[in-house]
Amino acid sequence: MLAIGIDILFRGNNLVRLLEGLWVTIKISMLAIIVSIILGILFGMVMTMKHPMIKGVCRVYLEFIRIMPQLVLLFLVYFGATKAFQIHISGKVAAVLVFSLWGTAEMGDLVRGALVSIPYHQYESGMALGLTRLKIFRYIIIPQTLRRLIPLAINLATRMIKTTSLIVLIGVVEVLKVGQQIIEANRFTVPDAALWIYAVVFFLYFIVCYPISLLARKLERIWQE
Amino acid sequence: MKRVVAGVLSLLLVIGVLAGCGSETNNNENKNGIARTIAQIKDSGYIKIGVFCDKKPFGYVDEQGTYQGYDVYFANRIAKDMDVKVEFVPVEAASRVEYLKTGKVDIILANFTVTKERSEQVDFCLPYMKVALGVVSPDQNLIKDVKELEGKTLIVSKGTTAETYFTKNYPKVTLLKFDQYSEAFNALLDGRGDALSTDNTEVLAWALENKGFSVGVESLGDIDTIAPAVQKDNTELLNWINEEIRGLEEEQFFHRDYEETLKPVYGDAVAPDNLVVEGGYVNK
Repeated sequence: MLAIGIDILFRGNNLVRLLEGLWVTIKISMLAIIVSIILGILFGMVMTMKHPMIKGVCRVYLEFIRIMPQLVLLFLVYFGATKAFQIHISGKVAAVLVFSLWGTAEMGDLVRGALVSIPYHQYESGMALGLTRLKIFRYIIIPQTLRRLIPLAINLATRMIKTTSLIVLIGVVEVLKVGQQIIEANRFTVPDAALWIYAVVFFLYFIVCYPISLLARKLERIWQE
Repeated sequence: MKRVVAGVLSLLLVIGVLAGCGSETNNNENKNGIARTIAQIKDSGYIKIGVFCDKKPFGYVDEQGTYQGYDVYFANRIAKDMDVKVEFVPVEAASRVEYLKTGKVDIILANFTVTKERSEQVDFCLPYMKVALGVVSPDQNLIKDVKELEGKTLIVSKGTTAETYFTKNYPKVTLLKFDQYSEAFNALLDGRGDALSTDNTEVLAWALENKGFSVGVESLGDIDTIAPAVQKDNTELLNWINEEIRGLEEEQFFHRDYEETLKPVYGDAVAPDNLVVEGGYVNK
């Protein structure tokens, strides 16, 4: 039984298909993560502004994204855009768009949290030393913020990678769906294929997420004074 | 400072590479959400047909990565008779209607059961199959009558006829809903529910292969038909497909389809005439 289960993986193009699926997962999630980090940092800084109008807009955006399930957002962008504005967005682009919107909102809130967690005397000490506003940010605030941000950002990034399994609902076949296709195609002949394929899919997710964890640990060490 | 610049540059490079990979645009893509005419389909050289990719034996992907199954067999024939290539779009039960409404596929051939609610949103062609609901459960606690389900947990897939049927007729049954078929069947295997309901063809095929599970309720609800669907008011394509289905009766195309795709799975558990509909006539 053991041999048959693993055998499924090497039958036909199954392994290549799984890896192709993984590539789709990586492509979409990495693109979204990069956009989210850049825009999220900017968004987080905007969120700390005192202007009530800006605060309100940020709040609405954040809450909207946070309340909406990702699946609903995907449907809204993929199907809704076509219905409302007669524009067609390919499934992959829609996925990157939705995940970037989501990532930016959550990353922004993380950045805001990290920024306000820096005690005010840090700013005051900088001013007392005669540093300019820019230098206070460059040498005092940003390094401390980044360090606090890393674990939170890693959580978000791995969550985004795993949530890409939803994009099959807008027609983009990624690694988990390929796995399910293989399981389904063999469910009459190899009923325990599920166990093996899910184990492989688990391993594939692991090799994508683990380097991110490693990188985070390294960065934390580098930025530790 | 140099390191920062290098960092930013490499980041831009990564973005560029990824963006390059992502831009597989299709020039012939239907952009405005309105279904394509037959002439447009023929001009583009391909027809987009939405099928299941994980619902053996109706629509699934084999180990070579090619689409197979009863629905796919018919889809290939449509493309052949229209003299175009076929492009399969993987759909899920819950997204089938949306794909048609937004014109992202020309036809849905994903085991689409004809219902009144759906007919308001899409146009169904003549049927090519018929089914009823079935309930599969573990042998130790076999559910032989729907009434036994009251107060128990029933697993269904979102957007299927089973979901609407039980919500409407048996509100006392607790429903455990899944987005994907494979998840639903795995949930039954794991014992997360007392039974699972979907089309009887599905549960019969599944019970044959999974020891310890049997179909206690073979035919439930009305006999439903399964038909290709097109976008609402796309009469041109609708008529074309209807003509096609009528024309295929002579060669008993769907019986051949059954032999090739369903028989290997059902064996003698199901009589072909209980499932196959030729020429669009259903004798209930």
